[in-house]
Amino acid sequence: MTDLLANLALGFGTALSLQNLWLCFVGCMVGTLIGVLPGVGPIATIAMLLPITFGLPPTGALIMLAGIYYGAQYGGSTTAILVNIPGEATSVVTVLDGHQMAKQGRAGVALGVAAIGSFIAGCVATLFIAAIGRPLSSIAQLFGPAEYFSLMVMGLIFAVVLARGSVLKAICMILLGLLLATVGTDLVTGQERLTLGLQDLSDGVDFASMAMGIFGFAEIIKNLENPETRDVVHGVIGRLLPSKKDMQDSAWPIARGTVIGAILGILPGNGAVLGPFASYTVEKKLAKDSSRFGRGAIEGVAGPESANNAGAQTAFIPLLTLGIPPNAVMALMVGAMTIHGIVPGPQVMTKNPELFWGMVASMWVGNLMLLIINLPLVGMWVKLLKVPYRMMFPAISIFCCIGIYSINNSTSDVLFTAFFAVVGYALLKFGFEPAPMLLGFVLGKLMEEKLRQAMILSRGSFMTFVERPLSAALLVVSAIMLVIAILPAMRQKRDQVFTE
Amino acid sequence: MKKLFSAALVMAAAFVAPAMAQTYPAKPVTMIVPFAAGGPTDIVARFVSEHMSRTLGQQIVIENVAGAGGTTGITRAAGAPADGYTIMMGHMGTHGAAPALYPGLKYDPTALIPVGIAASTPIIIVGSMKFQPKTLQEFVTFAKANPDKLNQAHAGIGSVSHSTCVMLNGQLGIKPTAVPYTGTGPALNDMISGQVDFMCDQIVNLAEQIRGGTIRAYAIASPERSPALPDVPTTKEAGLPDYQVIAWNAIFAPVGTAPEITAKLNDALRKALADEGTRTRLLNLGAVLPTASEQTQAFLGDFVKAEVARWNKALAAAK
Repeated sequence: MTDLLANLALGFGTALSLQNLWLCFVGCMVGTLIGVLPGVGPIATIAMLLPITFGLPPTGALIMLAGIYYGAQYGGSTTAILVNIPGEATSVVTVLDGHQMAKQGRAGVALGVAAIGSFIAGCVATLFIAAIGRPLSSIAQLFGPAEYFSLMVMGLIFAVVLARGSVLKAICMILLGLLLATVGTDLVTGQERLTLGLQDLSDGVDFASMAMGIFGFAEIIKNLENPETRDVVHGVIGRLLPSKKDMQDSAWPIARGTVIGAILGILPGNGAVLGPFASYTVEKKLAKDSSRFGRGAIEGVAGPESANNAGAQTAFIPLLTLGIPPNAVMALMVGAMTIHGIVPGPQVMTKNPELFWGMVASMWVGNLMLLIINLPLVGMWVKLLKVPYRMMFPAISIFCCIGIYSINNSTSDVLFTAFFAVVGYALLKFGFEPAPMLLGFVLGKLMEEKLRQAMILSRGSFMTFVERPLSAALLVVSAIMLVIAILPAMRQKRDQVFTE
Repeated sequence: MKKLFSAALVMAAAFVAPAMAQTYPAKPVTMIVPFAAGGPTDIVARFVSEHMSRTLGQQIVIENVAGAGGTTGITRAAGAPADGYTIMMGHMGTHGAAPALYPGLKYDPTALIPVGIAASTPIIIVGSMKFQPKTLQEFVTFAKANPDKLNQAHAGIGSVSHSTCVMLNGQLGIKPTAVPYTGTGPALNDMISGQVDFMCDQIVNLAEQIRGGTIRAYAIASPERSPALPDVPTTKEAGLPDYQVIAWNAIFAPVGTAPEITAKLNDALRKALADEGTRTRLLNLGAVLPTASEQTQAFLGDFVKAEVARWNKALAAAK
């Protein structure tokens, strides 16, 4: 305990120096901005800003780059809520209820609760890292390919629960998502699959261009159908900040979302993407009236937003304690650290304590800054909704196209987005929900990879999934969840039979 | 042959508008790095381009175009106008192993104009701490005695860790089960926890884990020990002298780029490699820098031809 206090004192000593405070602020500010701009993600931005950090001291540079990453998680909710565009996999869930809240004139409340939830989650997750980061990192080591595959199976069950309407349609969409995930280069043989001979598809469909097409652009086309009701928000814009009742409703979802997101964030191979989905599923199942979900339930924003921010913070654990990056952004952070002469490894914590604890402390400082930056902005964002739609939609479209282009500097990504816009519009018209498809897509890639690795390691025996205790436990939980998910539907049918 | 070649060069030079080459560079130069930002090739590119920009008086902008083992980015760079404003950082994979791995490759590595070798990072053979063999000799004995039990990780078809291990397996005559990962990070994670037994990769990706004692180094595939890891024996010392592989990174320009321009770029690269700050940064990565005679354009041209032939042989044998 005294160790922890001494370490935190060292950390805050580092983080609160004038230069580091300034860099943290710059990072958070830039992060918020790129989070708000659809498409421009933390990866493109950090890569772009790497040369600028050459002249900075390593700790300061990393504090700034980390700020961009978790700042983007804050900002990402803004576009999801206001214009129905999820910039990243982690904000897909926020779209579901957040945008509905915006349509009901509760955009300010949604943005406010997202910011407050993110703040609480960020602070708790930072404490997590400081207190038990080291032992927690061993969780990552428990997860081999078999365990990971079983976790993904559990994730697919979430996808079923996500669906609002027909379960059959939801399953179709999940399968379509899984199928889309198989586009690209085969992991084992290196052969190209379903790429139609297009080199731009050799690494698969890009998530951002798909998500933006299917949600954002499809929504724009739909809005343009009806000249009268084109404005995003009909009628009055309600209060800007959450009321006492809103906060009471959100308190438990924020707490649960934080824990779920923090644990999943530690897992290797982008486990953090599951966090918001898991949180949403839990909230929907725990709610007294689950039909409110998808129609503007505040819990559906509070939980997932907390989960994604907690995950963004704890994703630093494997990087800072083991030197192993759990996702693409963290891999880029490895590069940034290497450029500054600190190659992350198992000894970073003992060899560079001021870097480790300085970063941990700066995350706390950064979260506070983000809250201060974001709450006043809520009013401004909400005012944006009053801009007439005929001026709004060209601006949104242009920003989206620039954003998509910037991900891989590729014009074909923009064309893919246009294609998915048409697909998304068709899905809307036929009453299919895109969210399960996106989850299927995200999980599909990981699932195939882990399934094949596990099968290669077991030399083709499926028993590996039940022989390994953790994997077996995850599969049992999935089975129980599936039963819980299906039972109410069955009971309802029975009720219907009885009433007839 | 050489004379003829230089005569051709002189003639070609006479035809190219000299004014353009003299004022080069008049605007920022784009260097396409065919891998994600933050990887070893990207870091080398950023270190040398920073100093090169100072010599050229124009910024070199790094553009990361990742995909298909680096061939997506090189294909795009090779198709760019040959005016010197688009150059590329190629490496052992894209300009050595790629022709053997990708039958439909849309560029010819030996035809692209060589600018110069930037830096190379040696390959290390490493094993999990939970894996029984402790030395390279024990590893070879174990691998030959237990061919069915052996699991080798690699970071995807076409990655450095894949092709270098294929060469190792070929030389040892072993056939381990290859487990593909989507990058070095996840592969390392599973090797530390003992899911997979061994892999080969660049020193920069492994050095900290070896120092931290989470994985075991068997040997480094370079002629001399690395100052970054003085305790790791060379493959020569460990009894596998033929296994010499190094992940080299070198700058190329599209076919048809004027010789004056590539000479200017080569000069800027040499100045960067002579700069103390840049040298230290590269050496800290565990990189090996080219000697003066290895810094010429002609050396790189011949080297690429030799590498393509060598990888063709090694990878064809594995099929």
